[in-house]
Amino acid sequence: MVEPLLRVEQVSMRFGGLLAVDRASLSAKAGCITALIGPNGAGKTTLFSIISGFLSPSDGSVVYDRIDIAGDPPHRLARRGIARTFQIVQPFAGLTVRENIAVGAHLSRPGRADALAAAGDVARAVGLGEMLDRSAANLTVAGRKRLELARALAIEPRLLLLDEVLAGLNPSEIRDMVPVILAIRDRGITIIMIEHVMQAVISLAEHVFVLAEGRVIAQGSPQAIASDPRVVEAYLGHGAAGRMIAAGGSHA
Amino acid sequence: MRGLAPILVAVALLATVPLITSSNVVLNFLVTTFLIALVGQGWNLLGGYGGQYSFGHAAFFGTGAYVTAVLQVRYGVNAWLGFCIGIAAGALVGAVIGALSFRSGLKGSYFALVTLAFAEVLRIIASVAPITGAGVGTLIKLDLRPEAFQFQSRAPFYWIVLGLVGISLVLVRMIENSRFGAYLIAVRENEDTAKALGVDTMIVKLGAMTVSAMIAAAGGCFYAQYFLFIDAGIAYGPWISIEALLAPIIGGVGTVFGPLLGALVVKTLGELAKLATGDAPGLDLVLYGCILILAVAFAPRGIAGILADLRHRLRPIGPAAPASQERGNG
Amino acid sequence: MVSPVILVPAILNGLMTGAVYALIALGLTLIYGVLHIINFAHGALLTAAMFAAFFAYRLLGLDPYVAAVFLTPLFFVLGYLLQRFIIGPAARGEDRNILLVTLGLAVVIENALLYAFRGDTRTINLPYAFNVVEIGTAFLAVPRVIAFVVVIVVALGLWLIMQWTDTGKAIRAVAKEKLGAELSGIDVAHIYAVTFGLGTACLAIAACLLIPTYYVNPGAGNAFVLIAFTIVVLGGMGSVAGALVGGLFVGVVESLSGLYLGESLGQIGIFVMFIIVLLFRPNGLFGERA
Repeated sequence: MVEPLLRVEQVSMRFGGLLAVDRASLSAKAGCITALIGPNGAGKTTLFSIISGFLSPSDGSVVYDRIDIAGDPPHRLARRGIARTFQIVQPFAGLTVRENIAVGAHLSRPGRADALAAAGDVARAVGLGEMLDRSAANLTVAGRKRLELARALAIEPRLLLLDEVLAGLNPSEIRDMVPVILAIRDRGITIIMIEHVMQAVISLAEHVFVLAEGRVIAQGSPQAIASDPRVVEAYLGHGAAGRMIAAGGSHA
Repeated sequence: MRGLAPILVAVALLATVPLITSSNVVLNFLVTTFLIALVGQGWNLLGGYGGQYSFGHAAFFGTGAYVTAVLQVRYGVNAWLGFCIGIAAGALVGAVIGALSFRSGLKGSYFALVTLAFAEVLRIIASVAPITGAGVGTLIKLDLRPEAFQFQSRAPFYWIVLGLVGISLVLVRMIENSRFGAYLIAVRENEDTAKALGVDTMIVKLGAMTVSAMIAAAGGCFYAQYFLFIDAGIAYGPWISIEALLAPIIGGVGTVFGPLLGALVVKTLGELAKLATGDAPGLDLVLYGCILILAVAFAPRGIAGILADLRHRLRPIGPAAPASQERGNG
Repeated sequence: MVSPVILVPAILNGLMTGAVYALIALGLTLIYGVLHIINFAHGALLTAAMFAAFFAYRLLGLDPYVAAVFLTPLFFVLGYLLQRFIIGPAARGEDRNILLVTLGLAVVIENALLYAFRGDTRTINLPYAFNVVEIGTAFLAVPRVIAFVVVIVVALGLWLIMQWTDTGKAIRAVAKEKLGAELSGIDVAHIYAVTFGLGTACLAIAACLLIPTYYVNPGAGNAFVLIAFTIVVLGGMGSVAGALVGGLFVGVVESLSGLYLGESLGQIGIFVMFIIVLLFRPNGLFGERA
């Protein structure tokens, strides 16, 4: 059994009286795409914040590349190869697309010209080649999502955490993004994606974890998850699975 | 990446002024303008590029001024050496205040408040401590020799302060073109994103604060040599904290030439006000306060921003102009 | 150990001074709690109010407590107009702009006062300023006792306004959830201005309470406001209870340390305490996260 690149074990996160994450465990195999799904408020982004160092878990361990990283600050984890995107996309507004991406590229390149050039390469890889010298503030939603992706890629991560990178995109934009994400995976980067767009989850993910009310309630292949009644209940409420079966449908 | 050429040209042109005129009025006006441009450039690095607005840059200006003055007056230290030590002292104060404030995660209004408080503490200490002459202040003895960093005519002072301004312009331009500069701007725009991209935001902010303090302290040291008298209100008073932020805001925060342009405008308006209404205390600051409010309301990107907009308007219609060329001349 | 005969009056005096500090802090914390801005102009506005009270006495012969009746609504309107037509529009909601605009306002007001009235320190001489009230073994100055009572009344009044009037409820709504309040039809710009006006009105009252026993000069307001800032940060930005309790606490501490340490160290002490509180607990003991 190959050791997964990331192992989150029995992690809990308490904010005062609120238990946002409750003994959640998940793992991500190297070079694979793992999806993290669940209704809103389930604690998915909180888990991402824990993995990427923005939060320190109240309990449990986060093992990355066989080292416990819980409590390490975000910038150090970035240097170790963990990149994340944010749900609410905020480009560095005063800068061009190239300059935005260069901030990430600088991680391994102290020279300005070097970083700017590398930024160009990353931009082209995600399809932003035409927009390199435009102001980031002028991008469309789809463009901003790609920029968010590009910035994270520029730090040359081994583990990429994508937080709803497809949210707000229309179906054709989603269709355009899927090959981009697959290409990233094909370059050997491990991806964990939080996603609500089920089509994408099914076509991209090799393994899926379902989080509800802070707990992992199911995991497995996308097909298995899609027909798991517990998952349906988590999204649609108590008894929904039963009602759906009674009504004659069996798709989640 | 933008180059050093505009800076060198500007400095060279300005350097010719004492060769054209020997009017003390003009030279004095320009010297005080460049002094504000210098301290303002210091503020600009931390505030304009780094996004951390300090309301207490007097803390660094005053430290530079007092250290160089006291070293000369009480310990007979050579003026030029005192100048260098004063700058280092200012940088140290900046590093300490920065470390304390950023460690505690202070940002925005809280950061402004704490810098204000630090400056005030220093002012009170300076106004009662015997070493600084307490209420009476510190007077540097007149000794018009170059070895003592004093000169018979204004011209050498002019060239020295212009040189300091030139150095600050080059320094900021170099930072703009460096990784540190890219990280600093990222911190300004969004600290969390910056962290996620591997930026050690604490070190970056601290570095910016230290260099910012160093530049402001250089202004303070020069002030002491030029005017030969300082007291707590002059060294650590609110006037310099305000002028240090007003110049870059008027001229354009986050641009290389912003503080210089802003200082020219602010000082010119100040002189005009004095001519119109006499030299009563407080009037110039009233004017500056109004200008500050008007600038924030109507010209938040300052003069550099207005110039950039004009250039964009005058460009013939074509594909969208690259954003990096829209951001002022420097 | 100091005998109770000296200690008790010191504590009582501290409470009375603290009450006025609390009133100033109350205005500040109210503005922060609703508008979420740190009003850098608070000190200058207090100074302006003190000058107004001073001249009301000098030129019109108005006793400060009578002047308060006129100055309070006047300063309420002033605060309202400042927020509605200068601060609000100029800042357009951006934090950095608000900082700069309130700073600019502070600079303008303070230096306008400096320009108009020079830097001289002035005082007024009320005939009854030195009368005392006897409570147990303590002789308490009449103006201070009046100040204490007035502050309690004002605090109660503000509480009643917040609880029972529509405007008060609107203010609380905007403080809690601006977007929701806006969607419910509340005119947020108006509420912001009303809140700012209330904060300034507190300053007018505080000024009238201070005038009988304190001096006026263009820097006077800042000294008090710094203490108010310390109180607000200590008690928690936006917390009314924090401002009141904090004010009384600081008043007593100041009184007792004056007893033991003397006058001049006092000023630095306040600043140092302020810095320490900012560095270690910017959200205070009662308040919200910074």
